[in-house]
Amino acid sequence: MTPSRPLLIFLLLALAALAAFPLVGEEFYQGLVTRLMIMGIFAMSLDLLIGFTGLVSFGHAAFFGLSGYLLAILTPEYGPVSIWIALPLCLAGTALAALVIGWFSVRTSGIYFIMITLAFAQMFYYYFNENQDLGGSDGIFIFFKPSVTIGDFQLLDLSNHNTFYYFVLASLVLSYVLLSKILKAPFGQVIRGIQANEARTLALGFNTRKYKLVSFVIAGTLAGFAGFLEASHGGIMSPAHLGWHESGIVMMVVILGGMGTLYGPVLGAFAMGFLQDYFQELWSDHWLLLMGVFVIAVVLFLPNGIAGLVAQLRRGKGGDAP
Amino acid sequence: MSQPLLSTHALNKSFGGLVAVDDVSIDFEAAKVHAIIGPNGAGKTTLINLLSGDLPPTGGAITFKEHDLTPKKAYAISQLGIGRSYQKTNIFADFTCLQNCWLGAQSRMRTSMRFFRPAKAYNEVRARAERALELCGLTERMDTVASAMSYGEQRQLEIGMMLATEPELLLLDEPLAGMGTDESRQVVALIKRLAKDHTVVLIEHDMDAVFAVADVLTVMVNGRVLATGNPEEIRANSQVQDAYLGTGEEEAT
Repeated sequence: MTPSRPLLIFLLLALAALAAFPLVGEEFYQGLVTRLMIMGIFAMSLDLLIGFTGLVSFGHAAFFGLSGYLLAILTPEYGPVSIWIALPLCLAGTALAALVIGWFSVRTSGIYFIMITLAFAQMFYYYFNENQDLGGSDGIFIFFKPSVTIGDFQLLDLSNHNTFYYFVLASLVLSYVLLSKILKAPFGQVIRGIQANEARTLALGFNTRKYKLVSFVIAGTLAGFAGFLEASHGGIMSPAHLGWHESGIVMMVVILGGMGTLYGPVLGAFAMGFLQDYFQELWSDHWLLLMGVFVIAVVLFLPNGIAGLVAQLRRGKGGDAP
Repeated sequence: MSQPLLSTHALNKSFGGLVAVDDVSIDFEAAKVHAIIGPNGAGKTTLINLLSGDLPPTGGAITFKEHDLTPKKAYAISQLGIGRSYQKTNIFADFTCLQNCWLGAQSRMRTSMRFFRPAKAYNEVRARAERALELCGLTERMDTVASAMSYGEQRQLEIGMMLATEPELLLLDEPLAGMGTDESRQVVALIKRLAKDHTVVLIEHDMDAVFAVADVLTVMVNGRVLATGNPEEIRANSQVQDAYLGTGEEEAT
Protein backbone atom coordinates (compact mmCIF):
# COMPACT_ATOMS: atom_id res chain seq x y z
CA MET A 1 0.00 0.00 0.00
CA THR A 2 2.58 2.45 -1.15
CA PRO A 3 0.64 5.61 -1.91
CA SER A 4 0.44 6.20 -5.65
CA ARG A 5 2.17 9.28 -7.00
CA PRO A 6 -0.90 11.56 -7.35
CA LEU A 7 -1.91 10.66 -3.83
CA LEU A 8 1.56 11.36 -2.54
CA ILE A 9 1.49 14.78 -4.21
CA PHE A 10 -1.94 15.45 -2.71
CA LEU A 11 -0.73 14.51 0.76
CA LEU A 12 2.41 16.62 0.44
CA LEU A 13 0.35 19.62 -0.71
CA ALA A 14 -1.98 19.14 2.24
CA LEU A 15 1.04 18.96 4.51
CA ALA A 16 2.48 22.15 3.00
CA ALA A 17 -0.86 23.89 3.51
CA LEU A 18 -0.90 22.82 7.16
CA ALA A 19 2.70 23.94 7.63
CA ALA A 20 1.96 27.37 6.10
CA PHE A 21 -1.34 27.90 7.91
CA PRO A 22 0.00 29.71 11.03
CA LEU A 23 1.55 32.34 8.72
CA VAL A 24 -1.86 33.34 7.35
CA GLY A 25 -4.56 31.98 9.64
CA GLU A 26 -6.18 33.82 12.52
CA GLU A 27 -5.38 32.63 15.99
CA PHE A 28 -8.86 31.21 16.49
CA TYR A 29 -8.58 29.08 13.39
CA GLN A 30 -5.07 28.02 14.28
CA GLY A 31 -6.46 26.65 17.53
CA LEU A 32 -9.20 24.87 15.59
CA VAL A 33 -6.73 23.33 13.14
CA THR A 34 -4.57 22.18 16.05
CA ARG A 35 -7.59 20.43 17.53
CA LEU A 36 -8.48 18.86 14.19
CA MET A 37 -4.96 17.52 13.72
CA ILE A 38 -5.24 15.92 17.16
CA MET A 39 -8.59 14.46 16.13
CA GLY A 40 -6.83 13.20 12.99
CA ILE A 41 -4.29 11.27 15.07
CA PHE A 42 -7.09 9.89 17.23
CA ALA A 43 -9.10 8.82 14.16
CA MET A 44 -6.03 7.28 12.49
CA SER A 45 -5.49 5.13 15.57
CA LEU A 46 -9.07 3.88 15.32
CA ASP A 47 -8.60 3.23 11.61
CA LEU A 48 -5.91 0.70 12.51
CA LEU A 49 -8.65 -1.29 14.27
CA ILE A 50 -11.71 -0.65 12.09
CA GLY A 51 -10.06 -0.30 8.71
CA PHE A 52 -7.17 -2.74 8.95
CA THR A 53 -7.82 -5.33 11.64
CA GLY A 54 -11.59 -5.60 11.29
CA LEU A 55 -12.20 -4.78 14.95
CA VAL A 56 -15.05 -2.31 15.40
CA SER A 57 -14.19 -0.72 18.73
CA PHE A 58 -16.93 1.44 20.17
CA GLY A 59 -14.92 2.39 23.23
CA HIS A 60 -11.90 4.00 21.69
CA ALA A 61 -12.41 7.29 23.55
CA ALA A 62 -11.57 5.48 26.81
CA PHE A 63 -7.87 5.58 25.91
CA PHE A 64 -8.06 9.14 24.60
CA GLY A 65 -9.67 10.35 27.83
CA LEU A 66 -7.68 8.18 30.21
CA SER A 67 -4.41 9.60 28.92
CA GLY A 68 -5.77 13.14 29.27
CA TYR A 69 -6.76 12.47 32.86
CA LEU A 70 -3.35 10.98 33.58
CA LEU A 71 -1.75 14.19 32.34
CA ALA A 72 -4.13 16.21 34.52
CA ILE A 73 -3.18 14.12 37.55
CA LEU A 74 0.54 14.40 36.77
CA THR A 75 0.49 18.17 36.23
CA PRO A 76 1.19 20.03 39.51
CA GLU A 77 -1.08 22.89 40.50
CA TYR A 78 1.57 25.59 40.24
CA GLY A 79 3.79 24.58 37.36
CA PRO A 80 4.29 22.32 34.36
CA VAL A 81 5.23 18.66 34.42
CA SER A 82 8.21 17.52 32.38
CA ILE A 83 7.16 15.87 29.13
CA TRP A 84 9.87 13.24 29.72
CA ILE A 85 7.89 12.08 32.74
CA ALA A 86 4.34 12.79 31.64
CA LEU A 87 4.37 11.37 28.11
CA PRO A 88 5.86 7.94 28.94
CA LEU A 89 3.52 7.57 31.92
CA CYS A 90 0.45 8.58 29.90
CA LEU A 91 1.37 6.17 27.10
CA ALA A 92 2.25 3.35 29.47
CA GLY A 93 -1.00 3.87 31.36
CA THR A 94 -3.12 3.71 28.21
CA ALA A 95 -1.13 0.77 26.84
CA LEU A 96 -1.81 -1.12 30.06
CA ALA A 97 -5.51 -0.26 29.95
CA ALA A 98 -5.64 -1.35 26.29
CA LEU A 99 -3.89 -4.59 27.17
CA VAL A 100 -6.45 -5.43 29.87
CA ILE A 101 -9.51 -4.33 27.90
CA GLY A 102 -8.13 -5.92 24.75
CA TRP A 103 -7.38 -9.20 26.48
CA PHE A 104 -11.06 -9.63 27.20
CA SER A 105 -12.38 -8.01 24.04
CA VAL A 106 -10.46 -9.98 21.39
CA ARG A 107 -12.04 -13.14 22.74
CA THR A 108 -15.30 -11.93 21.23
CA SER A 109 -16.19 -10.79 17.75
CA GLY A 110 -18.81 -8.88 15.82
CA ILE A 111 -21.56 -7.27 17.84
CA TYR A 112 -20.14 -8.67 21.10
CA PHE A 113 -16.83 -6.96 20.48
CA ILE A 114 -18.67 -3.66 19.96
CA MET A 115 -20.64 -4.17 23.18
CA ILE A 116 -17.70 -5.17 25.35
CA THR A 117 -15.51 -2.26 24.24
CA LEU A 118 -18.44 0.09 24.82
CA ALA A 119 -19.05 -1.38 28.27
CA PHE A 120 -15.42 -0.95 29.32
CA ALA A 121 -15.37 2.64 28.07
CA GLN A 122 -18.55 3.42 30.01
CA MET A 123 -16.94 2.00 33.15
CA PHE A 124 -14.14 4.55 32.69
CA TYR A 125 -16.70 7.25 32.03
CA TYR A 126 -18.60 6.59 35.25
CA TYR A 127 -15.44 6.28 37.28
CA PHE A 128 -14.27 9.76 36.27
CA ASN A 129 -17.78 11.16 36.35
CA GLU A 130 -18.27 10.15 39.99
CA ASN A 131 -14.76 10.94 41.18
CA GLN A 132 -15.03 14.34 42.89
CA ASP A 133 -11.26 14.53 43.46
CA LEU A 134 -10.91 14.73 39.69
CA GLY A 135 -13.64 17.29 39.29
CA GLY A 136 -16.52 14.87 38.77
CA SER A 137 -18.75 15.73 35.85
CA ASP A 138 -17.19 19.22 35.53
CA GLY A 139 -13.81 17.79 34.65
CA ILE A 140 -10.37 18.91 35.68
CA PHE A 141 -8.16 21.75 34.48
CA ILE A 142 -4.61 21.40 33.26
CA PHE A 143 -3.16 24.86 33.81
CA PHE A 144 0.25 24.24 32.31
CA LYS A 145 1.36 22.53 29.13
CA PRO A 146 4.17 20.01 29.73
CA SER A 147 7.67 21.46 29.66
CA VAL A 148 10.23 20.21 27.15
CA THR A 149 13.63 20.88 28.64
CA ILE A 150 17.04 19.24 28.72
CA GLY A 151 18.74 20.20 31.97
CA ASP A 152 18.04 23.93 32.25
CA PHE A 153 17.76 24.42 28.51
CA GLN A 154 14.24 24.86 27.18
CA LEU A 155 14.00 22.82 24.02
CA LEU A 156 10.44 23.77 23.08
CA ASP A 157 7.99 26.17 24.65
CA LEU A 158 4.69 24.35 24.16
CA SER A 159 2.75 27.19 25.79
CA ASN A 160 3.54 29.22 22.67
CA HIS A 161 0.66 28.38 20.37
CA ASN A 162 2.81 28.41 17.24
CA THR A 163 5.27 25.97 18.78
CA PHE A 164 2.43 23.79 19.97
CA TYR A 165 0.86 23.86 16.51
CA TYR A 166 4.04 22.57 14.89
CA PHE A 167 4.53 20.05 17.66
CA VAL A 168 1.10 18.61 16.86
CA LEU A 169 1.73 18.72 13.12
CA ALA A 170 4.98 16.80 13.59
CA SER A 171 3.11 14.30 15.76
CA LEU A 172 0.51 13.83 13.03
CA VAL A 173 3.14 13.18 10.38
CA LEU A 174 5.06 10.88 12.70
CA SER A 175 1.92 8.89 13.54
CA TYR A 176 1.09 8.50 9.86
CA VAL A 177 4.59 7.36 8.97
CA LEU A 178 4.72 4.97 11.91
CA LEU A 179 1.37 3.36 11.09
CA SER A 180 2.24 3.11 7.39
CA LYS A 181 5.44 1.30 8.30
CA ILE A 182 3.63 -1.07 10.62
CA LEU A 183 1.06 -1.82 7.94
CA LYS A 184 3.72 -2.64 5.36
CA ALA A 185 5.68 -4.82 7.76
CA PRO A 186 4.92 -8.51 8.35
CA PHE A 187 2.67 -7.56 11.26
CA GLY A 188 0.52 -5.44 8.95
CA GLN A 189 0.13 -8.32 6.49
CA VAL A 190 -1.22 -10.51 9.26
CA ILE A 191 -3.80 -8.03 10.56
CA ARG A 192 -5.03 -7.38 7.03
CA GLY A 193 -5.40 -11.12 6.64
CA ILE A 194 -7.40 -11.21 9.85
CA GLN A 195 -9.66 -8.47 8.57
CA ALA A 196 -10.23 -10.22 5.25
CA ASN A 197 -10.67 -13.78 6.55
CA GLU A 198 -9.78 -14.52 10.13
CA ALA A 199 -10.51 -18.25 10.05
CA ARG A 200 -8.16 -18.79 7.14
CA THR A 201 -5.45 -16.66 8.72
CA LEU A 202 -5.70 -18.86 11.80
CA ALA A 203 -5.54 -22.02 9.70
CA LEU A 204 -2.42 -20.69 7.95
CA GLY A 205 -0.61 -20.77 11.28
CA PHE A 206 -1.20 -17.41 12.95
CA ASN A 207 -2.39 -17.03 16.52
CA THR A 208 -4.88 -14.41 15.41
CA ARG A 209 -5.95 -13.47 18.92
CA LYS A 210 -2.43 -12.43 19.79
CA TYR A 211 -2.16 -10.26 16.68
CA LYS A 212 -5.53 -8.66 17.34
CA LEU A 213 -4.48 -7.89 20.90
CA VAL A 214 -1.23 -6.25 19.79
CA SER A 215 -3.13 -4.20 17.21
CA PHE A 216 -5.57 -3.15 19.92
CA VAL A 217 -2.74 -2.06 22.22
CA ILE A 218 -0.99 -0.08 19.46
CA ALA A 219 -4.24 1.67 18.56
CA GLY A 220 -5.07 2.35 22.21
CA THR A 221 -1.64 3.77 22.91
CA LEU A 222 -1.80 6.05 19.89
CA ALA A 223 -5.25 7.22 20.99
CA GLY A 224 -3.62 7.91 24.34
CA PHE A 225 -1.03 10.05 22.58
CA ALA A 226 -3.84 12.03 20.95
CA GLY A 227 -5.49 12.39 24.37
CA PHE A 228 -2.25 13.69 25.82
CA LEU A 229 -2.11 16.35 23.10
CA GLU A 230 -5.79 17.21 23.52
CA ALA A 231 -5.45 17.67 27.27
CA SER A 232 -2.37 19.86 26.78
CA HIS A 233 -4.11 21.86 24.09
CA GLY A 234 -7.53 22.35 25.65
CA GLY A 235 -6.33 22.62 29.23
CA ILE A 236 -9.32 20.65 30.46
CA MET A 237 -10.33 16.99 30.66
CA SER A 238 -13.90 16.05 31.38
CA PRO A 239 -15.77 12.74 31.41
CA ALA A 240 -17.28 13.69 28.06
CA HIS A 241 -13.88 13.03 26.50
CA LEU A 242 -14.20 9.33 27.21
CA GLY A 243 -17.92 8.78 26.87
CA TRP A 244 -19.61 6.85 24.10
CA HIS A 245 -20.53 10.08 22.38
CA GLU A 246 -16.85 10.79 21.77
CA SER A 247 -16.27 7.19 20.66
CA GLY A 248 -19.14 7.61 18.22
CA ILE A 249 -17.79 10.87 16.83
CA VAL A 250 -14.35 9.44 16.16
CA MET A 251 -15.93 6.42 14.48
CA MET A 252 -18.00 8.77 12.33
CA VAL A 253 -14.84 10.67 11.41
CA VAL A 254 -13.17 7.42 10.32
CA ILE A 255 -16.16 6.39 8.21
CA LEU A 256 -16.63 9.86 6.69
CA GLY A 257 -12.96 10.08 5.82
CA GLY A 258 -12.72 6.55 4.46
CA MET A 259 -11.59 3.60 6.53
CA GLY A 260 -8.58 1.53 5.69
CA THR A 261 -6.67 4.47 4.22
CA LEU A 262 -5.00 6.19 7.23
CA TYR A 263 -5.05 9.60 5.54
CA GLY A 264 -8.82 9.39 5.03
CA PRO A 265 -9.63 9.72 8.74
CA VAL A 266 -7.44 12.85 8.87
CA LEU A 267 -9.45 14.32 5.98
CA GLY A 268 -12.56 13.21 7.85
CA ALA A 269 -11.48 15.09 10.96
CA PHE A 270 -11.06 18.28 8.95
CA ALA A 271 -14.32 17.87 7.06
CA MET A 272 -16.15 17.26 10.30
CA GLY A 273 -14.48 20.17 12.09
CA PHE A 274 -14.99 22.79 9.41
CA LEU A 275 -18.53 21.69 8.64
CA GLN A 276 -19.39 21.86 12.31
CA ASP A 277 -18.02 25.40 12.38
CA TYR A 278 -19.89 26.29 9.19
CA PHE A 279 -23.20 24.68 10.10
CA GLN A 280 -23.15 26.32 13.52
CA GLU A 281 -22.90 29.72 11.86
CA LEU A 282 -25.54 28.81 9.31
CA TRP A 283 -28.19 27.52 11.67
CA SER A 284 -26.94 27.65 15.23
CA ASP A 285 -29.94 25.99 16.87
CA HIS A 286 -30.21 22.97 14.64
CA TRP A 287 -26.76 22.57 13.14
CA LEU A 288 -26.69 18.90 14.15
CA LEU A 289 -29.58 18.35 11.76
CA LEU A 290 -27.47 19.63 8.87
CA MET A 291 -24.57 17.49 10.04
CA GLY A 292 -26.85 14.46 10.07
CA VAL A 293 -27.95 15.11 6.50
CA PHE A 294 -24.32 15.42 5.46
CA VAL A 295 -23.29 12.17 7.13
CA ILE A 296 -26.20 10.32 5.50
CA ALA A 297 -25.28 11.77 2.11
CA VAL A 298 -21.66 10.68 2.43
CA VAL A 299 -22.56 7.17 3.54
CA LEU A 300 -25.05 6.82 0.68
CA PHE A 301 -23.05 8.38 -2.14
CA LEU A 302 -19.44 7.90 -1.03
CA PRO A 303 -19.25 4.44 0.49
CA ASN A 304 -15.47 4.75 0.68
CA GLY A 305 -15.63 8.15 2.32
CA ILE A 306 -13.81 11.29 1.30
CA ALA A 307 -10.66 9.28 0.58
CA GLY A 308 -12.73 7.27 -1.88
CA LEU A 309 -13.70 10.51 -3.61
CA VAL A 310 -10.05 11.49 -3.91
CA ALA A 311 -9.26 8.09 -5.44
CA GLN A 312 -12.28 8.31 -7.77
CA LEU A 313 -11.34 11.72 -9.16
CA ARG A 314 -7.89 10.43 -9.86
CA ARG A 315 -9.18 7.36 -11.61
CA GLY A 316 -11.62 9.44 -13.65
CA LYS A 317 -8.75 11.51 -14.94
CA GLY A 318 -6.67 8.46 -15.71
CA GLY A 319 -9.51 7.00 -17.79
CA ASP A 320 -9.55 3.68 -15.96
CA ALA A 321 -12.50 1.34 -15.78
CA PRO A 322 -15.42 2.87 -13.87
CA MET B 1 3.76 -51.82 9.76
CA SER B 2 5.77 -48.68 10.36
CA GLN B 3 4.78 -46.10 12.93
CA PRO B 4 1.95 -44.00 11.46
CA LEU B 5 2.64 -40.29 10.91
CA LEU B 6 -0.84 -39.33 12.05
CA SER B 7 -3.37 -41.38 13.90
CA THR B 8 -6.72 -40.93 15.53
CA HIS B 9 -7.86 -42.98 18.45
CA ALA B 10 -11.57 -43.44 19.25
CA LEU B 11 -12.18 -39.94 17.89
CA ASN B 12 -15.58 -38.46 18.56
CA LYS B 13 -17.40 -35.30 17.57
CA SER B 14 -21.01 -34.54 18.29
CA PHE B 15 -23.03 -31.41 17.61
CA GLY B 16 -25.76 -31.45 20.21
CA GLY B 17 -27.49 -34.78 19.66
CA LEU B 18 -25.92 -35.42 16.26
CA VAL B 19 -22.84 -37.62 16.30
CA ALA B 20 -20.86 -36.57 13.22
CA VAL B 21 -17.71 -38.58 13.92
CA ASP B 22 -18.23 -41.70 15.94
CA ASP B 23 -15.39 -43.69 17.49
CA VAL B 24 -13.03 -43.25 14.56
CA SER B 25 -9.56 -44.79 14.77
CA ILE B 26 -7.44 -44.45 11.65
CA ASP B 27 -3.69 -44.67 11.09
CA PHE B 28 -2.25 -42.50 8.34
CA GLU B 29 1.12 -43.72 7.16
CA ALA B 30 3.88 -41.44 6.04
CA ALA B 31 4.40 -40.87 2.31
CA LYS B 32 1.05 -42.40 1.37
CA VAL B 33 -2.08 -40.94 -0.19
CA HIS B 34 -4.86 -41.96 2.13
CA ALA B 35 -8.33 -41.22 0.75
CA ILE B 36 -11.46 -41.02 2.84
CA ILE B 37 -14.63 -41.68 0.92
CA GLY B 38 -18.25 -42.08 1.82
CA PRO B 39 -21.68 -40.64 1.09
CA ASN B 40 -22.61 -37.07 1.97
CA GLY B 41 -23.05 -36.64 5.70
CA ALA B 42 -20.65 -39.46 6.51
CA GLY B 43 -18.54 -37.11 8.63
CA LYS B 44 -15.56 -36.79 6.30
CA THR B 45 -15.25 -33.01 6.42
CA THR B 46 -15.85 -33.02 10.17
CA LEU B 47 -12.99 -35.48 10.49
CA ILE B 48 -10.70 -33.13 8.52
CA ASN B 49 -11.83 -30.23 10.69
CA LEU B 50 -10.82 -32.23 13.76
CA LEU B 51 -7.44 -33.14 12.28
CA SER B 52 -6.69 -29.52 11.35
CA GLY B 53 -7.91 -28.12 14.65
CA ASP B 54 -10.71 -26.10 13.05
CA LEU B 55 -13.01 -27.95 15.45
CA PRO B 56 -12.18 -29.40 18.87
CA PRO B 57 -13.06 -33.09 19.30
CA THR B 58 -15.66 -34.16 21.84
CA GLY B 59 -13.66 -37.24 22.74
CA GLY B 60 -10.74 -39.42 21.72
CA ALA B 61 -7.24 -38.45 20.69
CA ILE B 62 -5.21 -37.38 17.66
CA THR B 63 -1.47 -37.97 17.49
CA PHE B 64 0.92 -36.50 14.93
CA LYS B 65 4.46 -37.85 15.30
CA GLU B 66 5.10 -37.41 19.01
CA HIS B 67 2.60 -34.55 19.40
CA ASP B 68 -0.83 -34.84 20.95
CA LEU B 69 -2.97 -32.67 18.66
CA THR B 70 -6.16 -33.09 20.66
CA PRO B 71 -5.98 -29.86 22.69
CA LYS B 72 -4.18 -27.82 20.02
CA LYS B 73 -5.60 -24.87 18.11
CA ALA B 74 -5.57 -24.64 14.33
CA TYR B 75 -2.59 -22.27 14.19
CA ALA B 76 -0.45 -24.56 16.36
CA ILE B 77 -1.33 -27.59 14.23
CA SER B 78 -0.41 -25.65 11.10
CA GLN B 79 2.93 -24.78 12.70
CA LEU B 80 3.64 -28.49 13.24
CA GLY B 81 3.54 -29.05 9.49
CA ILE B 82 -0.06 -29.95 8.73
CA GLY B 83 -1.67 -27.95 5.94
CA ARG B 84 -5.26 -28.06 4.82
CA SER B 85 -7.37 -26.90 1.94
CA TYR B 86 -11.07 -26.26 2.17
CA GLN B 87 -14.03 -27.75 0.35
CA LYS B 88 -15.67 -24.34 0.14
CA THR B 89 -13.14 -21.97 -1.38
CA ASN B 90 -11.70 -20.05 1.54
CA ILE B 91 -9.32 -17.50 0.09
CA PHE B 92 -8.66 -13.78 0.54
CA ALA B 93 -10.89 -12.61 -2.29
CA ASP B 94 -9.57 -9.05 -2.48
CA PHE B 95 -5.90 -10.02 -2.36
CA THR B 96 -3.77 -10.90 -5.36
CA CYS B 97 -2.61 -14.49 -5.78
CA LEU B 98 0.82 -13.55 -4.49
CA GLN B 99 -0.66 -11.87 -1.42
CA ASN B 100 -2.85 -14.91 -0.82
CA CYS B 101 0.19 -17.16 -0.75
CA TRP B 102 2.28 -14.56 1.04
CA LEU B 103 0.56 -15.00 4.38
CA GLY B 104 1.07 -18.74 4.42
CA ALA B 105 4.72 -18.27 3.47
CA GLN B 106 5.14 -15.60 6.10
CA SER B 107 3.69 -17.84 8.79
CA ARG B 108 6.89 -19.92 8.60
CA MET B 109 8.95 -16.99 9.88
CA ARG B 110 9.76 -17.39 13.56
CA THR B 111 7.33 -14.57 14.29
CA SER B 112 5.40 -11.97 12.32
CA MET B 113 5.53 -9.55 15.24
CA ARG B 114 7.81 -7.37 13.18
CA PHE B 115 6.80 -3.80 12.77
CA PHE B 116 9.35 -1.81 10.81
CA ARG B 117 11.07 -3.65 8.00
CA PRO B 118 8.74 -3.89 4.98
CA ALA B 119 7.35 -7.39 4.43
CA LYS B 120 8.51 -7.17 0.81
CA ALA B 121 12.12 -7.17 1.98
CA TYR B 122 11.84 -10.72 3.32
CA ASN B 123 13.16 -12.59 0.32
CA GLU B 124 12.79 -16.04 1.82
CA VAL B 125 9.05 -15.38 2.25
CA ARG B 126 8.75 -14.26 -1.36
CA ALA B 127 10.61 -17.35 -2.51
CA ARG B 128 8.24 -19.64 -0.58
CA ALA B 129 5.15 -17.82 -1.89
CA GLU B 130 6.40 -17.95 -5.47
CA ARG B 131 7.23 -21.65 -5.18
CA ALA B 132 3.69 -22.30 -3.96
CA LEU B 133 2.25 -20.36 -6.90
CA GLU B 134 4.42 -22.33 -9.28
CA LEU B 135 3.32 -25.64 -7.78
CA CYS B 136 -0.37 -24.82 -8.08
CA GLY B 137 0.17 -23.44 -11.58
CA LEU B 138 -0.69 -19.80 -10.95
CA THR B 139 2.68 -18.12 -11.52
CA GLU B 140 1.25 -16.10 -14.39
CA ARG B 141 -1.67 -14.99 -12.24
CA MET B 142 0.62 -13.69 -9.50
CA ASP B 143 -0.72 -10.14 -9.58
CA THR B 144 -4.33 -11.00 -10.39
CA VAL B 145 -6.88 -10.34 -7.67
CA ALA B 146 -8.30 -13.66 -6.55
CA SER B 147 -11.97 -12.69 -6.96
CA ALA B 148 -11.34 -11.89 -10.63
CA MET B 149 -10.28 -15.45 -11.44
CA SER B 150 -12.31 -18.43 -12.58
CA TYR B 151 -13.67 -20.87 -10.04
CA GLY B 152 -11.15 -23.51 -11.07
CA GLU B 153 -8.25 -21.13 -10.62
CA GLN B 154 -9.55 -20.15 -7.20
CA ARG B 155 -9.54 -23.84 -6.29
CA GLN B 156 -5.91 -24.05 -7.41
CA LEU B 157 -5.11 -21.01 -5.30
CA GLU B 158 -6.81 -22.68 -2.36
CA ILE B 159 -4.21 -25.44 -2.62
CA GLY B 160 -1.39 -22.97 -3.28
CA MET B 161 -2.07 -21.09 -0.05
CA MET B 162 -1.74 -24.31 1.86
CA LEU B 163 1.47 -25.23 0.05
CA ALA B 164 3.00 -21.86 0.93
CA THR B 165 3.16 -23.02 4.56
CA GLU B 166 5.41 -25.89 3.37
CA PRO B 167 3.47 -28.59 5.15
CA GLU B 168 4.60 -32.17 5.49
CA LEU B 169 1.10 -33.56 5.69
CA LEU B 170 -1.68 -32.28 3.43
CA LEU B 171 -5.34 -32.46 4.31
CA LEU B 172 -7.24 -31.97 1.06
CA ASP B 173 -10.98 -31.54 1.43
CA GLU B 174 -12.59 -32.22 -1.95
CA PRO B 175 -10.00 -30.44 -4.07
CA LEU B 176 -11.97 -31.30 -7.22
CA ALA B 177 -15.33 -30.01 -5.98
CA GLY B 178 -17.19 -28.27 -8.79
CA MET B 179 -14.36 -28.48 -11.30
CA GLY B 180 -14.63 -29.19 -15.00
CA THR B 181 -12.92 -32.21 -16.56
CA ASP B 182 -9.83 -30.36 -17.75
CA GLU B 183 -9.33 -28.56 -14.47
CA SER B 184 -9.87 -31.82 -12.61
CA ARG B 185 -7.21 -33.54 -14.63
CA GLN B 186 -4.73 -30.78 -13.81
CA VAL B 187 -5.44 -30.98 -10.10
CA VAL B 188 -5.19 -34.77 -10.08
CA ALA B 189 -1.79 -34.41 -11.73
CA LEU B 190 -0.83 -31.89 -9.06
CA ILE B 191 -1.90 -34.25 -6.27
CA LYS B 192 0.16 -37.02 -7.85
CA ARG B 193 3.18 -34.71 -7.97
CA LEU B 194 2.67 -33.63 -4.36
CA ALA B 195 2.27 -37.23 -3.25
CA LYS B 196 5.91 -37.88 -4.13
CA ASP B 197 7.20 -35.90 -1.17
CA HIS B 198 4.16 -35.34 1.03
CA THR B 199 1.78 -37.42 3.04
CA VAL B 200 -1.73 -36.76 1.80
CA VAL B 201 -5.14 -37.23 3.37
CA LEU B 202 -7.70 -36.79 0.64
CA ILE B 203 -11.46 -36.46 0.74
CA GLU B 204 -13.02 -36.72 -2.69
CA HIS B 205 -16.25 -37.77 -4.33
CA ASP B 206 -14.79 -38.29 -7.77
CA MET B 207 -14.13 -42.04 -7.60
CA ASP B 208 -12.03 -42.15 -10.78
CA ALA B 209 -9.68 -39.62 -9.24
CA VAL B 210 -9.65 -41.36 -5.88
CA PHE B 211 -8.78 -44.74 -7.31
CA ALA B 212 -6.16 -43.12 -9.55
CA VAL B 213 -4.17 -41.54 -6.73
CA ALA B 214 -4.93 -43.31 -3.45
CA ASP B 215 -2.66 -45.91 -1.86
CA VAL B 216 -5.05 -46.54 1.01
CA LEU B 217 -8.79 -45.93 1.31
CA THR B 218 -11.05 -45.58 4.29
CA VAL B 219 -14.79 -45.73 3.79
CA MET B 220 -16.92 -43.82 6.26
CA VAL B 221 -20.66 -44.12 6.70
CA ASN B 222 -22.73 -42.31 9.31
CA GLY B 223 -19.67 -41.05 11.15
CA ARG B 224 -18.10 -44.49 11.49
CA VAL B 225 -15.32 -46.29 9.68
CA LEU B 226 -16.78 -49.06 7.57
CA ALA B 227 -13.58 -50.39 6.04
CA THR B 228 -9.94 -49.51 5.39
CA GLY B 229 -7.72 -51.12 2.80
CA ASN B 230 -5.94 -50.74 -0.52
CA PRO B 231 -8.00 -49.92 -3.62
CA GLU B 232 -8.49 -53.56 -4.66
CA GLU B 233 -9.66 -54.59 -1.22
CA ILE B 234 -12.10 -51.71 -1.04
CA ARG B 235 -13.46 -52.37 -4.51
CA ALA B 236 -14.00 -56.02 -3.59
CA ASN B 237 -15.57 -55.32 -0.21
CA SER B 238 -19.25 -56.25 -0.34
CA GLN B 239 -20.20 -54.05 2.61
CA VAL B 240 -18.69 -51.05 0.85
CA GLN B 241 -20.54 -51.88 -2.34
CA ASP B 242 -23.82 -52.03 -0.46
CA ALA B 243 -23.23 -48.84 1.46
CA TYR B 244 -21.62 -46.68 -1.14
CA LEU B 245 -19.96 -47.81 -4.30
CA GLY B 246 -22.65 -50.22 -5.28
CA THR B 247 -25.43 -47.70 -5.43
CA GLY B 248 -24.62 -47.14 -9.07
CA GLU B 249 -24.93 -43.38 -9.46
CA GLU B 250 -22.09 -41.36 -8.13
CA GLU B 251 -22.61 -38.26 -6.08
CA ALA B 252 -22.51 -35.22 -8.26
CA THR B 253 -20.88 -32.98 -5.69
